[in-house]
Amino acid sequence: MIEVTDLYKEFKGVPVLKGVSTTFEKGVTSMIIGQSGSGKTVFLKCLVGLHVPDRGIISFDGRKHTELDIKEHRLLRQEIGMVFQGGALYDSLTVEENIMFPLKMFADQPFSEMLDRVNFVLKRVNLENANKKFPAELSGGMQKRVSIARAIVMNPKYLFCDEPNSGLDPNTATVIDNLIKEITEEYQIITVINSHDMNSVMEIGEKIIFLKDGVKEWEGSNKEIFITENEAVVNFVYSSNLFRKVREAYLKETK
Amino acid sequence: MNYLRHVGKYFIMLRQVFRKPQKWSVFREMLFREIEDLGLKSLGIIAFISFFVGGVIAIQTALNVDNPFIPKYLIGFATKQSMILEFAPTFMSVILAGKVGSYISSSIGTMRVTEQIDALEVMGINSLNYLVLPKIIATIFFYPLLISLAMFLGIYGGYVAGTLTDLFYSEDYLYGIRLDFDPYYIQYALIKTVVFAFVIATIPAYHGYYVKGGSLEVGRASTQAVVWTSVVIILLNYFLTQMLLG
Repeated sequence: MIEVTDLYKEFKGVPVLKGVSTTFEKGVTSMIIGQSGSGKTVFLKCLVGLHVPDRGIISFDGRKHTELDIKEHRLLRQEIGMVFQGGALYDSLTVEENIMFPLKMFADQPFSEMLDRVNFVLKRVNLENANKKFPAELSGGMQKRVSIARAIVMNPKYLFCDEPNSGLDPNTATVIDNLIKEITEEYQIITVINSHDMNSVMEIGEKIIFLKDGVKEWEGSNKEIFITENEAVVNFVYSSNLFRKVREAYLKETK
Repeated sequence: MNYLRHVGKYFIMLRQVFRKPQKWSVFREMLFREIEDLGLKSLGIIAFISFFVGGVIAIQTALNVDNPFIPKYLIGFATKQSMILEFAPTFMSVILAGKVGSYISSSIGTMRVTEQIDALEVMGINSLNYLVLPKIIATIFFYPLLISLAMFLGIYGGYVAGTLTDLFYSEDYLYGIRLDFDPYYIQYALIKTVVFAFVIATIPAYHGYYVKGGSLEVGRASTQAVVWTSVVIILLNYFLTQMLLG
């Protein structure tokens, strides 16, 4: 379990996170939502260690980030997989080399075993026969799948995804959503997704955290988000006519 | 004040760079890649420029030495001294600062803005050590070879220029390049080269690594990297010359 307690972060005197506390459970797909500038990305970057919080504690299965030395931090990071918004694949490396990269850095395995593992995760993300392609030769959806494959190749305990659906068509976005959810359940990973995509939130958000101006405004599941009376959440999630009508229909039906 | 902040940040960066590589096999792979990218791919331009610069120095000296009391072998002597002491180590380094410096800062800068460096950090990799140390080692060990080649080709270029233009006799030129030869000058040139190689690898890496924004900022960082690398090379050249020859 990841426990976040009173997380506070500011940049040049401007507070971006103002004491956020929450928990993330194993095998559950958790989503962080909120308007642009609400602190979602900073929150995620604090979790993965790219930003150091000014205050508060992040505990990974009992290991508090404030109590770890550099070596322990590095070891913890090897248990983290991250899918970046733009994929963050290494342009000069092929798909196979990109995915094999963490194994080469950290696993003492013969090349044949590493290749087997690469092929296994490529199969898992439905990208067989793309081994020798370069990132520039792949579509946006395929790049995201390679990014997911690289994130899970080390069997991470924690998976973080920053806007995994941005720039993808609805079909591909659904494929990526389902893939992340399946992987989370199959490997019992703690998955945290930062998203703007309300389809994803409704589809796979087993736990949703709504941030507003650096504060946790609301927390619940994708079922509870239908019935919440929180004005900020309702205004944000149901800003489109379609979603508003769906909500009204759902509320009418459940009454 | 801002300059001081950059200098401080640059030295803090170096502290992170000079750590033990996390995996020697990966480091070795990166080192060979950098030798190819930063060294071997610069061979052509360095050979071309040094050969013609040597030729021009010889022709210019020959044309300006019209006093019959000045011996013609001084043309070879002047070409040798110019190439070994300044043109090869300093001006070839300035050229490399432009070619290699912009490549280093733009490639690292692009990695920064496309989150590839963040991806390394999230994996638990010391990105500065992984990206910059192989570049430093590659330039420090390869550039002395490159500059030695530039010295040889520059002097040879002067010889070819003389034989093609008939401005001086080849025997005079060959006598001139052997005249008063001091091996310490080679040592001096190579010491300068090693220092400049370090500057060429690290200053552009600093500008690329700490870039913020998008492609426009990467372009700006690349320009700044070339300017600052050249400025530092010229300044260090002055101090090193004073220290080593003064």
